[in-house]
Amino acid sequence: MKHFRVSVHIVPRKGLLDPQGKAVADALHSLGFGAVREVHVGRHLVIETEAANAEAAEAAVREMCTRLLANPVTEDYEIAGVASA
Amino acid sequence: MKFGIVSFPGSNCDDDAVFAAADVLGQPAVKLWHKDHDLQGSDVIILPGGFSYGDYLRAGAIARFSPIMQEVAAHAQRGGPVIGICNGFQIACEAGLLPGALMRNAGLKFLSMPVTIRVENTGTRWTALCRDGQRLTMPIAHGEGRYTVDHATLERLEGEGLVVFRYVDAAGEASPEANVNGSLDNIAGVRNAAGNVVGLMPHPERAMDALLGSTDGLVLFESVLAAVHA
Repeated sequence: MKHFRVSVHIVPRKGLLDPQGKAVADALHSLGFGAVREVHVGRHLVIETEAANAEAAEAAVREMCTRLLANPVTEDYEIAGVASA
Repeated sequence: MKFGIVSFPGSNCDDDAVFAAADVLGQPAVKLWHKDHDLQGSDVIILPGGFSYGDYLRAGAIARFSPIMQEVAAHAQRGGPVIGICNGFQIACEAGLLPGALMRNAGLKFLSMPVTIRVENTGTRWTALCRDGQRLTMPIAHGEGRYTVDHATLERLEGEGLVVFRYVDAAGEASPEANVNGSLDNIAGVRNAAGNVVGLMPHPERAMDALLGSTDGLVLFESVLAAVHA
């Protein structure tokens, strides 16, 4: 077993109202960043785990997302990176 | 009839629920610690409001792993009455006892105020004594109460009458203005198919005494009392 560091991004599901993201986008517009179209505020998780290889580490984290880390009704997740630690 | 009120670390309305059951209704009420495995013979379970586990990860997400929740799920499966109030509603959704999820209020503000809700379904253990369309005023106190569900499930909820409460205005209409937190279809509360599990964001247990501004929560507790005695 090797040690891996898996990063996950969890964001509000596309199409659902994201008032927090909208408030941040409005603030950026106020600062003059008029080119900003949308902002999505989510969570970034770093999971340090043992696994046989990188694929197994990613597969395990995907299952963690499905079962706990992301709400299946309101959130989407993406694996941002898998690194040996 | 014995009420069991689950105390999670961070629950803060468990005492209000005990007050409602014991002081107002005069029924035996026991607090159930989240680490227990025993409902202590409770006939009715209340998942109270608060901030269980500090709302870490998502509101209600961690509480569903508390040991007592296995017993609560089994109780619900057997048809035992369960009500999830506020954070308890969030927990019930996370635990899969009820459909949907509660997201950040559309206006981003934590809302602490009285609201009016309309009874949309009287086929539950908790609304059996309500009149169809009856309006109830009770407080809300939440930052994450925007009810959300996928389109297919929403159609099922509306089609099968599983929406129990909606936010309404003074005229009794489910208007955008009345929809304080931006919930889908003004939904304030839902039920499971069997009608023994109900969840809602407003606080009936804090609307049990005229001194506290409203007694409109009483009818929910009287309904479940009548249902269990029947």
